[in-house]
Amino acid sequence: MPGREELLAVLRRNAPRETPPPDLSRLGVKYADPLEQYALSLKGVGGACLRAADLPAAERALAELPACREARRVVTLVPGLGQGNVDLASLSRPHLLEGLDLAILPGDLAVAENGAVWVDASRLHHRAVFVITQHLVLVVNAVDVVHDMHEAYARLQEQPIGYGLFISGPSKTADIEQALVIGAQGARSCTVVLVG
Amino acid sequence: MNPTDRAEHAVDHAAAAARFVADDARAHWHDQALWWVRKKRDVASSAVPDWELLRDAAAGIKAHTLSRLAAYLEQFEQQATSRGAQVHFARDAAEHNAIVHRILSERGITKLVKSKSMLTEECHLNPYLEARGVTVTDTDLGERIVQLRHEPPSHIVLPAIHLKKEEIGELFHAELGTEKGASDPKYLTEAARGHLRQRFLEAGAGLTGVNFAVAETGGVVVCTNEGNADMGTTLPPVHIACMGVEKLIPRWQDLAVFTRLLARSATGQPVTTYTTHFHGPRPGGELHIVVVDNGRSRQLADPTFRRSLSCIRCGACMNTCPVFRRSGGYSYGWIVPGPIGSILAPGRDAAAHRSLPFASSLCGSCTDVCPVRIDLHHEILAWRQEIVRRGLLPWPKRAAMKVLAVVLRFTWLYRLAGWLVRRVVPLLPRGLVYGRFNGWGKQRELPPMPRESFRDAYRRHRART
Repeated sequence: MPGREELLAVLRRNAPRETPPPDLSRLGVKYADPLEQYALSLKGVGGACLRAADLPAAERALAELPACREARRVVTLVPGLGQGNVDLASLSRPHLLEGLDLAILPGDLAVAENGAVWVDASRLHHRAVFVITQHLVLVVNAVDVVHDMHEAYARLQEQPIGYGLFISGPSKTADIEQALVIGAQGARSCTVVLVG
Repeated sequence: MNPTDRAEHAVDHAAAAARFVADDARAHWHDQALWWVRKKRDVASSAVPDWELLRDAAAGIKAHTLSRLAAYLEQFEQQATSRGAQVHFARDAAEHNAIVHRILSERGITKLVKSKSMLTEECHLNPYLEARGVTVTDTDLGERIVQLRHEPPSHIVLPAIHLKKEEIGELFHAELGTEKGASDPKYLTEAARGHLRQRFLEAGAGLTGVNFAVAETGGVVVCTNEGNADMGTTLPPVHIACMGVEKLIPRWQDLAVFTRLLARSATGQPVTTYTTHFHGPRPGGELHIVVVDNGRSRQLADPTFRRSLSCIRCGACMNTCPVFRRSGGYSYGWIVPGPIGSILAPGRDAAAHRSLPFASSLCGSCTDVCPVRIDLHHEILAWRQEIVRRGLLPWPKRAAMKVLAVVLRFTWLYRLAGWLVRRVVPLLPRGLVYGRFNGWGKQRELPPMPRESFRDAYRRHRART
């Protein structure tokens, strides 16, 4: 590729004197109660946080939610939680997920500073499920709430890197006169259940 | 003349701004809308105890990356390729557009959904593809609104910030069949949701921009609030990610710094709703990464303007800029407006964009809010000097500067000129003083002429004490 060689050569020729990368070890924020801060942050981005001692308790809490009660087509990838009736592996195309009411997915960790949950979406048979669903429930172990993004990325570095994302609350937009509207293109609601 | 000084038609910011402020109520409304976003940014950033350290770190990472850009690009390419992505290189906009079109045409794809990408706006990808039979749908709500109006975005983060909901209501009534007169943002957003879902389901490929490309892992990261990039990359099997070469960062861990800064600076959110990390294609799918130069490597050679390559496109400098807020994004005539655009645009074509470095009060507010500590107002000032050096200043300003330079060189001439002005100006007819040569007198009165010079007043004062 001529473009490649030329670009690399110009970038080398035009590079300024090398500067060292900065030390990131002094960065970060620590909260007295990260779980409480997590719930606060999630509320701030339009999501809702539920605490449950164990999975049966989580099941009871979810049953109260209108988004779960009224859902007809449901995917659940958290064993023992929710009444799943759509099997991702049985669908030939992700497009068939259009019209899905609820997805209940496991999250690897939750971040207190911004309400985000890391979802390792490479494990999903159809990746679209987290965004095409009308409502989203993410389930995270309470011990996996970290303080900030530095801690989150450090933890994630230990697992194989593939396709994953931070989800912080429901899909939203403020593109019309800066008026916040929840439910732009993805999930209309995002409930995070912290278990344990 | 520098090779870039080849403009056929120059952008006149002041004239465009005058048209914008002619509608006084609307100009104030625009100003307030952006100031509100700026205030949200202040609340979000002040809640982060290590905010200033984060800015230092971000600036340091970017400076380090720029000093080893070739090495990181090679590392990125190698890592991305090993994960199954195909990496393409484009020297300019034409090569970029041709690569994207080839990927589509070789697979017979005629429907493309796009999430926000300022790079593709810079390259004018949409008209290029549309001329070749590809239906392109911009899927960010704001971008879709301006696309339906056949307009470019007026702001890089808030593409439709210049529009009122009633105008969007009318547009959607005509284009999407919403009720006539309906302008409720929730209703209009819901209509767009349905319309765009259809486009996502029909698309053969999804194109996204890139917020960060990680050399260490070969991954690209895309940030959105609506989830449109995620819809566009999880439904169609082909994902094309287009990035300027300056989007590289060295390490996975560096993402923590930038994801903490980006959304807080942009809209005052603690993080974007979706921050998606792509490493290789999905099973059975394809991931193409198009790395574009288009003038960036040339900018790298320039010690004065190099730092503005660090920009992460948060838009904070626009929201805070007193000139941007009161003149609107279109007055800049360039895809990236505001303070950062006033530096980047003349770097591409100094003659065409020679008025932009003067669209600033040099107050420095942009520099204060920039999450990667670009010395924005210093670079804007440096561009003014560069415009003068290249002989691109319009003649009235050039003549005025010449006269001033002579007057300031000789003390006697300076004193004489002062004496003349103090005595003559009050006698002149108003039409002459406030004529077209006095831009300063357009909306304000000149102060009354003092009776004596500072020098005389000082002498008198000294003699008395």
